[in-house]
Amino acid sequence: MTLFFENARLIDPETLTETAGNLVVDNGHIAAIGQMSAPPDARVIDCRGKYLAPGIVDIGVKIGEPGERHRESFRSAGLAAAAGGVTTLVARPDTTPCIDTPEILEFVTRRAQQAPVRIHHMAALTKNREGREMTELSFLLDAGALAFSDVTHVATDTKALSRALSYARSLGALVIMHPQEPGLSAGAAVTSGPFASLRGLPGVSPMAERIGLDRDLGLVEMTGVRYHADQITTQRALPALERGKENGLDISAGISIHHLTLNELDVGDYRTFFKFTPPLRSESDRMAMVEAVGQGLIDIICSMHTPADEESKRLPFEEASPGAVALETFIPAAMRLYHSGALSLPQLFRAMALNPAKRLNLPQGRLSEGAPADLVLFDPEAPFVLDRWTMQSKSKNTPFDGERMQGKVIATFVGGKQVHGPQTN
Amino acid sequence: MTFQARHLLGIEHLSQSDIRAVLDLAESYVDLNRRTVKKTDALAGMTQINMFFENSTRTQSSFELAGKRLGADVLNMAMQNSSVKKGETLIDTALTLNAMHPDLLVVRHPNSGAVDLLAQKVECAVLNAGDGRHEHPTQALLDALTIRREKGRIQRLTVAICGDIAHSRVARSNMLLLGKMENRVRLVGPPTLMPPGVDQLGVEVCDDMRTGLQDADVVMMLRLQKERMDGGFIPSEREYFHRYGLDAEKLAFAKPDAIVMHPGPMNRGVEIDGTIADDINRSVIQEQVEMGVAVRMACMDLLARNLRRERGRALSDGDYV
Repeated sequence: MTLFFENARLIDPETLTETAGNLVVDNGHIAAIGQMSAPPDARVIDCRGKYLAPGIVDIGVKIGEPGERHRESFRSAGLAAAAGGVTTLVARPDTTPCIDTPEILEFVTRRAQQAPVRIHHMAALTKNREGREMTELSFLLDAGALAFSDVTHVATDTKALSRALSYARSLGALVIMHPQEPGLSAGAAVTSGPFASLRGLPGVSPMAERIGLDRDLGLVEMTGVRYHADQITTQRALPALERGKENGLDISAGISIHHLTLNELDVGDYRTFFKFTPPLRSESDRMAMVEAVGQGLIDIICSMHTPADEESKRLPFEEASPGAVALETFIPAAMRLYHSGALSLPQLFRAMALNPAKRLNLPQGRLSEGAPADLVLFDPEAPFVLDRWTMQSKSKNTPFDGERMQGKVIATFVGGKQVHGPQTN
Repeated sequence: MTFQARHLLGIEHLSQSDIRAVLDLAESYVDLNRRTVKKTDALAGMTQINMFFENSTRTQSSFELAGKRLGADVLNMAMQNSSVKKGETLIDTALTLNAMHPDLLVVRHPNSGAVDLLAQKVECAVLNAGDGRHEHPTQALLDALTIRREKGRIQRLTVAICGDIAHSRVARSNMLLLGKMENRVRLVGPPTLMPPGVDQLGVEVCDDMRTGLQDADVVMMLRLQKERMDGGFIPSEREYFHRYGLDAEKLAFAKPDAIVMHPGPMNRGVEIDGTIADDINRSVIQEQVEMGVAVRMACMDLLARNLRRERGRALSDGDYV
């Protein structure tokens, strides 16, 4: 099947350009880009001047399988991803039980076939994500693990961790870690400072992130492992990251879309939908992070999609579970950064699609000839008020409920197959 | 009109005139409480439920007495050994109680913000009797009444709040109230017991008692909250007393007529020297307890008036249909 997208604004994150033109998809791949006319027999899709970009590659999506299917299943997450313009998602292993054996990995791989988008899996770095004994890294790689992560659990046994990292290095595996000093952040619900003090909530110093990153980078230097920091959210951690990159370490860093678009004051009167790990930061930290994404110092923006049921959120703030769903609000939230003039569309798609694909050695995330036709057609201007009950996700814990937003996904394509949006044109 | 709120959840939402309204009304209840017959019918026919998710003897009996003197039917629920242990969530507890049609709920909870959450789910007036490290509004109001009676005013005073600020909701509510009433507030304590960034909230922060107490009109001591500590905040109680305990020598840095306050219960020899606490010329600690009942009567009276007005409005709206 041949598709012909005409009259589109094409966002190319590799060249950081945005041009008007047409695009031909043949056999699931991008066949041509330019001012050509429609090939015979092609389905013509008139983009009406809207934007066509490579689909989002999302590192770090929590899906409730196994264990918490009522929060999110592969099918519901896949529908949410398609509706949000996410064409590849990498599922996190912080499930119940966690994904720490090839058998569980095979189970989720099978379940993932129900989703309309591409799904890859991370596996736990250590058994039960406890930071003590490494998992069967080689078997897990053979079973399809794309990266290894204990997610937000930070190993305190540095010796055991260094062994796991050395072993992972010998396999060339990517390890994703959560830079945080666990002693400092124990029991914290928000970032320490005037707001935390006023609300009487236990806070963590932003310094805990830098101390955690410093340790992690020491271990990277020691073991030579390929390392990705899942979320860098504070200004103080940036110099260490920059130095590590200058010294030639094989490292990259990510941040969630929420940490780029919200700050600690959004918690307001104990709104638990604004509780995150790590907690939301000050406005000056947020602005510094946006700038770091623009410079490319922070490589990847992810959703950190974390479905939580009402029961785990309708609790006193300290007791509520952290995290928010984000697949469907990813683009509208990112458009806040575009409309405020902080980041251009190609810069955003470099961080949301190209960089994560490169880091994971995937062919996606590109708008060039030969690349897989994983595409999102969207209108960055279209306004709407978010109603969380209209979302595809089984869980509705979004911080943007009732918010005025701009940016709607019109259609999503995975391998040239339309997975979201109107079928007729 | 002042004090129109449905609930009293914290000082944060009160205005200067709200605070004055409470204090003025409380004055009349001080007089009433000193009579032999102490009963009024301000809350007659109304039901007050005291829900304490955290142990309390003093505050709970103060609220109980206040409610009874106003003529309410008062029910005490000790929540720490009830349905909470069986796994019921706070919201379900609130909904269960709501179905019993109480008019006033007095709530204490170990989590900051928990009383706000509960207030969103019930139809009656909710009074925060202390939530975690967040607020304890009636304590700040009773402290204000005590200060106003002693000093003749509640503005342009220098107030030193000393000790375990980090774990204290009393400190937060007092800081907010005294700030709103245009006083100079100093927080004095070791850095380990000082909430981070609090110096950006319009108060002065000091880690030395001598500087902190300099020319103070009011010295407010706080209890060292050992039960909220997970270790290592201070080297020892005796070193703490040496550096931060209020004794005659440190009190000498304050104004000669400075008053000494303590929300209780006191740890004598830890944060305050026994002779200072008992000095009737300086200590107003007993008066604070007395003002507590009067202030709580005033708060509940005002909330009940608002509730009646609100319900009356709903009723008359119906009549006209």
